[in-house]
Amino acid sequence: MRISNKAKNVIRHIVLIAVCFVLIYPVVFMFFASFKESNEVFTSLSLFPEKYRWENYVNGWQAGASGSITFTNYFLNTFALVIPVVFFTIVSCSLVAYGFARFSFPFRKILFPAMISTMMLPSTVIIIPRFMLFKNLGWLDSYLPFYVPAIFACYPFFIFLLIQFMRNIPTSFDESAKMDGCSAMMILRKIILPLLKPAIFSAGLFQFIWTWDDFYNQLIFINSPRKFTVALGLRLAIDTSTETVQWNEVMAMSVCTIIPLFIIFFACQKYFVEGITSSGIKG
Amino acid sequence: MKSKTTKSLARQNRWVGFFFITPWLIGFLVLQLYPILATLFYSFTNYTFTNDPSFVGLKNYIRMFTIDKQFLESMKITGLYTLMAIPAKIAFALIIAMILNQKVRGIGVYRALYYLPSILGGSVAVSVLWRVLFMHDGMINHIIGTVGLGPVDWLTDPGIALGTLSLLQVWQFGSSMVIFLAALKQIPRDLYEAADVDGASWWLKFRKITVPQVSSVIFFNLIMQTVQALQNFTSAFVITNGGPMKKTYIIGMKLYDDAFKYYNVGYACAESWALFVVIIALTALVFKSSDAWVYYADEGVRK
Repeated sequence: MRISNKAKNVIRHIVLIAVCFVLIYPVVFMFFASFKESNEVFTSLSLFPEKYRWENYVNGWQAGASGSITFTNYFLNTFALVIPVVFFTIVSCSLVAYGFARFSFPFRKILFPAMISTMMLPSTVIIIPRFMLFKNLGWLDSYLPFYVPAIFACYPFFIFLLIQFMRNIPTSFDESAKMDGCSAMMILRKIILPLLKPAIFSAGLFQFIWTWDDFYNQLIFINSPRKFTVALGLRLAIDTSTETVQWNEVMAMSVCTIIPLFIIFFACQKYFVEGITSSGIKG
Repeated sequence: MKSKTTKSLARQNRWVGFFFITPWLIGFLVLQLYPILATLFYSFTNYTFTNDPSFVGLKNYIRMFTIDKQFLESMKITGLYTLMAIPAKIAFALIIAMILNQKVRGIGVYRALYYLPSILGGSVAVSVLWRVLFMHDGMINHIIGTVGLGPVDWLTDPGIALGTLSLLQVWQFGSSMVIFLAALKQIPRDLYEAADVDGASWWLKFRKITVPQVSSVIFFNLIMQTVQALQNFTSAFVITNGGPMKKTYIIGMKLYDDAFKYYNVGYACAESWALFVVIIALTALVFKSSDAWVYYADEGVRK
């Protein structure tokens, strides 16, 4: 049986739109549910709320752990955690990627595979000694357990990603700069980094989102509500064993906690796609 | 193979590169290698965070396979979760990528929307959403109710809850899809054109051209996704909290509880090493079977 190209094309779009609808509907539901009344989230068949209750956002925002703590604190804390982590990650990983991509040095033959293989290292196998180490250093309940691994480039995925991009920059650029008397550091700063900007940007975006979402480490290293991030704050909101959970308010706060991710994703979509395709690994 | 220029650059000072990788080397030794070895060491002790650990030999490992029935049970659940989630996720990703590769209009929009769940999926917010959607009175039951199905106890039926969690994994197939799409675009057009001249069917082209051309990418992705799924924690913790009847008590949760709730640190270390061994075995598969991987590790200049 022959189907005309036009018909094929229509079928393709129908399939794509149908799948798209299934994928996106939950997020759309979350958005509208955040304005509904508490019962309405579960009883109403309609996607849209009867009345847009903005007070869900006001109430949800203030339903913190102990009175004075609100989502304002959680958001400020999350930014205080995530932004330095992103900054440290891109600085340290750029330096390390440059070292691996452009130089041969003693033990490189052992160190490069070691670095690559840590990409598969499960966090569960290192978390307990790290916890004890940070506890002994008095770093628990601070953001140092997040900053320090970023400072020391413990993110092999980003090193790998930057190496992949760096390989596309011809080494002849380095050579001619070297003829002109540039040091290795100057070559990195004046030649490599400007050309590497899109890749660094991709790495920064991924690190932003993964750190924002990284509930596991936040749960382990942070324990006082004053230091809580949005992920921990949200979890606290559904963990009230004494009273019933106000799911409409929880939905409202869920929407708030993913808005930054939304903005970043749609503003910088191109960089995500480039980053993920050139590394070909995860996302 | 190193290009000549790189070599001559490097010859003048062999330690320059070493200087640049120093931050990583410190991080690797102190925050990765030391913890791995420390975990191994503590796995042979009765450490509880507060005592002086004393050596107990293989006791923790023996307990894992004899007294503590929950360990193998949790491993089984984790394996089942991975088996339900990852093949479906990869299959979806490949099918959609193949459709998008047919010069579809508006590909950018589709790609963005399909990718979105991968961006949001790891967050607590989406796990909370999943819990709301799949509750007894949730939206999903309302929807299937309109066509006369259900209601299904998505979160409280011991036989179903794990499937509900794996749906959240499958939902995030977009990142793999983007990778496959890039791989599909690399396949030389003339291969298909030659096949068309010979009158090859769609299925034959898929089997003889598409699959072999992207197989390393698929396989590599399969392994990486599996390694990640084996370590899942957030969704089980937030959506079902391991229930009902511990049927979603995946290994990530058990490790967390044993270490940070019950302070059986030595035992938790033994368990994480067992998980690590499973992951190493999978990693060995990657090194053995993926050409692409060997190519990078040999430092071939990528072209």
